[in-house]
Amino acid sequence: MSTQADSSLREPLTTDDVAKVAHLALLELTDDELTVFTGQLDAVLDLAEQLNQFDVDDVPPTAHPFGLVNVFREDVPVTGEDADSIREEALAAGPEIEAHQFKVPPALGEAP
Amino acid sequence: MSTEFATVAEIAGAVGSGERSALDVLNEHLARIQQNEAEIHAFNTIVTDRARARAAEIDAAVAAGQDLGPLAGVPIALKDNMCTRGVPTTCSSKILENWVPPYNATVVERLAAAGAVVVGKTNLDEFAMGSSTENSAFGPTRNPLDPSRVPGGSSGGSAAAVAAGFAAASLGSDTGGSIRQPAALCGLVGMKPTYGAVSRYGLVAFASSLDQIGPFTHTVADSAAVFDVIAGHDQWDSTSIPQAHEPVSGVLDQGIEGLRVGVISELTGQGVDSFEPEVVEAALKAAEALAAAGAKVEEVSIPTAVAGLSAYYMIAPAEASSNLARYDGVRYGLREPGPNTASMMAATRTAGFGDEVKRRIMLGTYALSAGYYDAFYGKAQRIRTLMIREFDRVYENHDVLLSPTSPCVAFEFGAKADPVTMYYNDVCTIPSNLTGHPAMSVPFGTGAHDLPVGVQILAPMLGEPVMYRVAAALEHLT
Repeated sequence: MSTQADSSLREPLTTDDVAKVAHLALLELTDDELTVFTGQLDAVLDLAEQLNQFDVDDVPPTAHPFGLVNVFREDVPVTGEDADSIREEALAAGPEIEAHQFKVPPALGEAP
Repeated sequence: MSTEFATVAEIAGAVGSGERSALDVLNEHLARIQQNEAEIHAFNTIVTDRARARAAEIDAAVAAGQDLGPLAGVPIALKDNMCTRGVPTTCSSKILENWVPPYNATVVERLAAAGAVVVGKTNLDEFAMGSSTENSAFGPTRNPLDPSRVPGGSSGGSAAAVAAGFAAASLGSDTGGSIRQPAALCGLVGMKPTYGAVSRYGLVAFASSLDQIGPFTHTVADSAAVFDVIAGHDQWDSTSIPQAHEPVSGVLDQGIEGLRVGVISELTGQGVDSFEPEVVEAALKAAEALAAAGAKVEEVSIPTAVAGLSAYYMIAPAEASSNLARYDGVRYGLREPGPNTASMMAATRTAGFGDEVKRRIMLGTYALSAGYYDAFYGKAQRIRTLMIREFDRVYENHDVLLSPTSPCVAFEFGAKADPVTMYYNDVCTIPSNLTGHPAMSVPFGTGAHDLPVGVQILAPMLGEPVMYRVAAALEHLT
């Protein structure tokens, strides 16, 4: 793998870049973590630069090995004694439940 | 492959004929768990009581003269990223530590219908991200062949469970080699099916265009038997191939006379200086053995083979960053308190995910972000197309391809602490995930420290029958 700075087509990753990405991904990093992760992520981006040895401008992208298309089935509700039980089991997995619904803190402002 | 433990075929035969009870078989496996699990740590959860009740059901069915499935009474372990109703499914992550799914994965239903007895849920690198099981939030799994070394990963617990005789077979998931590499490091047969051949309904998603479920076993015949049970169309998985599964168990003895075998030069020749020499030698010896047995063997070139690693470490994190967005403390799993929804979510994700998962989420978020998408994710997707074209071209004149499975034998804990060094473990296995093709690892001799080496057999889309024929031949040639 090439890690030569002068062969790189990009600027090195900065702690500001990683702080922005962490914010987008809803992750909080300490200053120490930010420094360590920045170096590690920059090393992976170096690895990604290997891709530049291939001329793929005219090659279409592949998102999925088969070329995913929508698949539909009949929308038949699951009924019977199991249905209520499944619903209750699914709700029971939630951290906070009220009136058969998932409850979260305020989306706007802050809880009193 | 000779083994000190009973095979799937032996157990199913003995239980089905009434020669042995399923409970007796189970107790034998539970006794080994009792004795060695504290050291190995293959499991996150062991379901002793459920397993005993299930074994008793099987025995009752035998007594009643009912037709039992092909896995009658076979103790099986499941990677802990496959949903089991009423049994915790943690992905070895703190964020799902207490989650109990309200439904079974399709593979779990199919194993049950075939008469299998689930003994427990196995340890993995958190959310299947890793190659050593060191990234588990619940502590690493140890390699039963040498407990000072890793079992490989991410399905390290599933590999260790079979290698230690805790289960006769297990299921893992393979996104970049997570079945084949631990199989190689633990001396087992490990198979990643064609993308879409096995339903992923109920498999916790990591990278959805790459993930597949497959078996770990001691023998090739056992691998075929388990694959035949779990494969086939499933209406609950939109990526499931809509056609009937062609069983592979019946083709194992068809031989390899005249088959055309290609040895991937990029993974066995120049450019693999970092590979352990014994690992490369094993692949070359396997090729020689196949040639001596009547196959036509030649070198082939896949120029993108090594660059697949770079493409993978853009594509898989990108998909993971999207898939793991669902862990936000609202509907399941961990919740850390916060004064509003956004702060609660960030606190939950920060406390719930380990470092490797955070690295990949951030990497994927970066690769998908405005300004970088074309340079990283878009470019990787184009390399993926190029790789598929290269393999398609080689498969015009070859039935299967060969390479090492892993660049090295089982390594010591902490030996690959640097993330990029760890990522290189996947260099031989990643191409088959990017192409969607099947591939499997078969034990073939030993390498450094007398540890097992795996040889990888790659086949084209839905090429499992020919792949299994070659695997069966190699098993007898080793």
